[in-house]
Amino acid sequence: MGLTWANRMCKKKSGVKIRTERLHLYYGSVHALRDITIEIAANRITALIGPSGCGKSTFLKTLNRMNDLAGNVRITGGVYLDGRDIYAPQIDVAKLRKRVGMVFQQPNPFPMSIYENIAYGPKIHGMRQKGELDRIVEESLRGAAIWDEVKNRLDEPALRLSGGQQQRLCIARALAVQPEVLLMDEPTSALDPASTIKTEELMKKLRTDYTVVVVTHNMQQALRVSDDTLFFLNGELVEAGQTKELFLAPADRRTQDYITGKFG
Amino acid sequence: MRAEVTLRGHMYLKQRKSTFMYKRNCVHAVECAVQIFFTACAFLTIVTVAVITGYLIVNGVPAIWKIGIRDMLFSTVWSPTAKQAQYGILYIVLTSLVGTAMAVMLGVPIALLTAVYLVEIASDKMAAVMKTAVELLSGIPSVVYGMLGLMVLNPLVYRLELRLYRDSVTHQFTGGANLLSAVLVLTLMILPTVTSISESALREVPAELKASSLALGASQMQTIFKVVIPAAKPGIITAVVLGVGRAVGEALAISLVSGGCVNIPLPFYPVRFLTTAIVGEMGYAAGLHRQALFTIGLVLFIFIILVNLTLNHIVRSGDK
Ligand SMILES: Nc1ncnc2c1ncn2[C@@H]1O[C@H](COP(=O)(O)OP(=O)(O)OP(=O)(O)O)[C@@H](O)[C@H]1O
Ligand SMILES: [Mg+2]
Repeated sequence: MGLTWANRMCKKKSGVKIRTERLHLYYGSVHALRDITIEIAANRITALIGPSGCGKSTFLKTLNRMNDLAGNVRITGGVYLDGRDIYAPQIDVAKLRKRVGMVFQQPNPFPMSIYENIAYGPKIHGMRQKGELDRIVEESLRGAAIWDEVKNRLDEPALRLSGGQQQRLCIARALAVQPEVLLMDEPTSALDPASTIKTEELMKKLRTDYTVVVVTHNMQQALRVSDDTLFFLNGELVEAGQTKELFLAPADRRTQDYITGKFG
Repeated sequence: MRAEVTLRGHMYLKQRKSTFMYKRNCVHAVECAVQIFFTACAFLTIVTVAVITGYLIVNGVPAIWKIGIRDMLFSTVWSPTAKQAQYGILYIVLTSLVGTAMAVMLGVPIALLTAVYLVEIASDKMAAVMKTAVELLSGIPSVVYGMLGLMVLNPLVYRLELRLYRDSVTHQFTGGANLLSAVLVLTLMILPTVTSISESALREVPAELKASSLALGASQMQTIFKVVIPAAKPGIITAVVLGVGRAVGEALAISLVSGGCVNIPLPFYPVRFLTTAIVGEMGYAAGLHRQALFTIGLVLFIFIILVNLTLNHIVRSGDK
């Protein structure tokens, strides 16, 4: 079933980046993800939509194994990054997370300077050369469209930035470890409209180099930025497809009801 | 209706600005009476502080005049009952400073690591048990710490002393009653305070901040030391300052284990702290000696005030 949905998604550029197969996730006795089988295309923006509590964040976190942190989680089925099972025992979780970066709902810079925030990841992974770090910091900040705003104040505490700037800084911080996939959990829900637009523009730009998966509660945003959309309900994947098609002609009644605002 | 409400609000604001002691926004006589009563209670605190300050200054300053500031603060000989009485408190001041510093340097890392363990590593059950233990520890009266120090710690420190100074001909053996014992007791005594305040500071670090670090591929230890502890820094500093306050002011416990001679503060010397000098001598001191003890009290008071000012400063700059 899931695969046929997946086949509706366009894979014009370079095929599948992430694939899940019969994925179930339980928090203790709560069955939070039910039988998710899906393909996420490379170099595209995939939006996850669905009402609160339907498992969007949970699904996102299975993709970089952040679920490992909650003690009572049990997972069955598989998640494959470039065809390799990321839950296989020999997988180095730190390396996996380097490849699959994450940006959270609340902008949350570390309590250090702007420069150090960006250099944090590369340093963790062993980068020591000052010149190379400088280059990565500039490149990441440029990549997150915030370089011009902060280039003269790199030594200032990052917490002095505005909320919108902080969020782009967090994106830059995630980019600094050169990930292949960027997971974003409601990245603009704490931002004002202007910062939201900036962040959305940034996301569209990121598509050329990264595979982006973004959770959003905002239908307009899903429509504006995403190429593909996955609709979740009660831990199940109800429908998946190219965003325009899914919004124009939803195949499932529940999708129709959700995107037209009948519930959620 | 609306207009009236805003008008009232406006008047309220005006009154708020115009009165100094209390907001004169009471309407009924009873309310006013209650307000005045509360104000009086609050003033009791201010009056107490003022009286203590005044009393210490009035009683503590004369000795400085009579003895001379140099002979008192910068001389090391304290022999108030000798024929040629001398009132140098330098060693006493230094003992308090060094003793407190050593206790803090020992206690803070232990407390901080305990707090990290409680927040980040221990299972919920284990954390609950340990938290109860820490709370109990902070409720134990200081004299009990002193007694246990006397019975358990002093003999142990004496053993160490015997071993270290086995071949020394000049060392005066203290039987374990020395600065080291006092420092160890103080360390134990500040542990609960520093631990529980650091713990709540660590707990307040947002989960997403930790998750962000882990999501970059950092290990749990890297995350704790590079992100979580720095994020909790204001709270941890508060904990340290409160620990310093407790250590500086402690008297009873250390008076039992520290020996009691005025000496340069070295680990295996018996020493006298600002607090233990007052506790030990106030009972029999008279005349200038008594006044000098008040000067010691004044110095102690100034230390405590400085500690508190630092604390306020940190709390305020943390709010910004
Ligand atoms: N750590 C956890 N322990 C137990 N249950 C959890 C945990 N995290 C999430 N859940 C449950 O799993 C389900 C899915 O939660 P999830 O956070 O993925 O929803 P969501 O779609 O992201 O919702 P929202 O839009 O509100 O963020 C919910 O029923 C939630 O209560
Ligand atoms: Mg969520």
